[in-house]
Amino acid sequence: MSEEPRVGVFICHCGVNIGGVVNVPEVTEYAKKLPHVTYAEHNLYTCSEAGLAAIKKAMEEYNLNRVVVASCTPRTHEPLFRATCKEAGLNPYLFEMANIREHCSWVHMHEPEKATEKAKDIIRMSVAKAALLEPQTEPEVEVKEASLVIGAGVAGMTAALSMANQGFKVYLIEKEKEPGGITEKLYKLYPTLADSSEVVEPLVKAVKSHKNIEFMTSTTLKDISGYVGNFNSILTGSEGEREINVGTIIVASGASNYTPPKGLYQYGVYDHVITQRELDEMVKKGEIGTPERIVMIQCVGSRKGEIRPSELEAFPKSDTAELLRKILKARKEEGWPYCSRICCMNAIKNAILVKEASPKTDVVILFGDLRVYKEYEDFYRRARDNEVRFVRHIEEVLPEITQTPEDKLQVMAYDALSGLEVNFLADWVVLSTPLIPNKDEIMLARMLKIPISTDGFLMEAHLKLRPVDTNVDGVFIAGTVSGPKDVSESIISGEAAAARASILMGNRKVRTDAITAVVDEDQCIGCGLCEEICPYGAPKIEDGKSKIREILCRGCGSCSAECPRRAITMRHFGDHQILAQVKALLIPESLKEVGV
Amino acid sequence: MVKDISEGEKRAAEEFEPMIAAFCCNWCSYAGADLAGTSRFEYPPNIRIIRIMCTGRMDPTLVLEALRMGADGVLIAGCHPGDCHYQKGNYIMEKRFDYIKKAVKSIGIEPERVRLEWVSASEGGKWAALVREMTEQIKNLGPSPFRLTHNPR
Repeated sequence: MSEEPRVGVFICHCGVNIGGVVNVPEVTEYAKKLPHVTYAEHNLYTCSEAGLAAIKKAMEEYNLNRVVVASCTPRTHEPLFRATCKEAGLNPYLFEMANIREHCSWVHMHEPEKATEKAKDIIRMSVAKAALLEPQTEPEVEVKEASLVIGAGVAGMTAALSMANQGFKVYLIEKEKEPGGITEKLYKLYPTLADSSEVVEPLVKAVKSHKNIEFMTSTTLKDISGYVGNFNSILTGSEGEREINVGTIIVASGASNYTPPKGLYQYGVYDHVITQRELDEMVKKGEIGTPERIVMIQCVGSRKGEIRPSELEAFPKSDTAELLRKILKARKEEGWPYCSRICCMNAIKNAILVKEASPKTDVVILFGDLRVYKEYEDFYRRARDNEVRFVRHIEEVLPEITQTPEDKLQVMAYDALSGLEVNFLADWVVLSTPLIPNKDEIMLARMLKIPISTDGFLMEAHLKLRPVDTNVDGVFIAGTVSGPKDVSESIISGEAAAARASILMGNRKVRTDAITAVVDEDQCIGCGLCEEICPYGAPKIEDGKSKIREILCRGCGSCSAECPRRAITMRHFGDHQILAQVKALLIPESLKEVGV
Repeated sequence: MVKDISEGEKRAAEEFEPMIAAFCCNWCSYAGADLAGTSRFEYPPNIRIIRIMCTGRMDPTLVLEALRMGADGVLIAGCHPGDCHYQKGNYIMEKRFDYIKKAVKSIGIEPERVRLEWVSASEGGKWAALVREMTEQIKNLGPSPFRLTHNPR
């Protein structure tokens, strides 16, 4: 580029997230003095409408041809700022991001001065790279109008139907013999007390009869290759292996129910200590009878302990099926740290069902915290109106269960209000247990290269901004595989994931990254090392020179580093651009030379 | 010049704050460092991250240049074996790493200043622990010889 770089730097306070640690005005003054910087300002939120408008205004006013935003991670916000540059007529690849939040203010919050100096370094490095950026164009790839949905629970079936109704071919696979997932095994659903079959059966009927859906039970994903628009997946089932080609994938493979270890609250010791699932089953079969009292205990196996670093390490590893099994077993003893969000409502639902079947039964719910959000408050009131008793106990001291000579269960707990011991004689003790991640889902995530969250569930690309996307382009998540959800939330996420996948398939084309390899044919000696090292077969030696087929190149840059003649340059990540960052960091006074 | 070096050494002995250049792959380690941030895992501010798409991209020259310019340590961080976004970039890097260590040694720098580590996108805790540990390690090694002669800060 012959044009002299005119860099604009926009530094974000991110409310107090950055501004509360880093001295943003000082950093802005510093940025103004950097070579090639024409303009610098700071904004409360650069990603807000006002912040984006400020970028556009400054671009026009100061004729900026490079933009640097110093804020959060490019992994979430780069697309937004690139789009803003594009709207203002600048090639989006002339944008660079300086990560001063995740990599600075959030990890150095007790060292504001050092964080401020580090932010200056990070911005200086970004400006140095920005000055050397070049415009790029993104190649297009075709998206196959077919989707693979993994898991035929409520979320998976909803997603499959939504896409099939839009005319896309859907392969729906289920590892069990029957569809329906966890919902199918429930009796009534909160807060309507509708039969679960009212939700599940129409879905099953629809997916089984839909002309665009190919439904396969007892089938799992064995292997996957390819990329967004063109995934090659190998399915394995009762009829052997089968290869299918799809443009998108929705993972809706669900979660597991926590079973308490033997002895926890005397579970597995006394027959009348059961889980909510088992109570559900009894109510369904009309076996509840007319007990005098039922005591429910909340948060059994949830909101307990914390995840250790060794576990976090084990989740993503490849050769750790055995290790995972052990960790999940240890977790069973200790419980999981998160709130499973459905157990409060589930207990209230079962309490109401018991009261309706046997109005004279005294139902006591022992809780530490009760979470009945949105309209569910009404459902909670309904339970109170039905004289269900809610007793807040001191959670840290586990209630003790003993058996009396009359074969009743005695539950001893500490009342949180009075601090006094309270005792209940009960016919049944019912444990409210969470939904938990399981080994199969973690292994599946590994195969698909989806990260695992600290709770062991599949992680969304961004908790707030991209809740059904994953970090893998073209792969989406729905239902409880990404964390506990109730039926309506699972349906919402199924619809959402289907909508996200349909956008790709509906456009038939998706633009992929412009970060690909380019060969300087004058330098190339046709040695073929690039051809040997590329995992995608992108380079090919023709007439003694390496030719790179852009559509096959995924932009890793292995060939560029391998080339003995340095004849291969990576777009957007060239040696000169990376070295400019290194030099700006280590020899700041040399910065004036950058770009010369 | 001799005076400069001895002053530099004196200052270094008093309050040596190492500067570590980290090359992180976009898909795992850069994201792991992001997660350390989102999780508010604190670590020493002695590291500066340079984003690359894959550790397979790491040209040995980049490491040598960073050291020549006075980095006290260089960290290359990528996806765990088997986890590479590009299938085998990290294996390619691992193969090159032996050579890099030899090259580093040949220019008179302790090979321990250069490290190759695997940090996944879900290992924010591991990233923070790694930076803590490596900062301590480089502090014990002292300032890079290149930093003292070439770039006393």
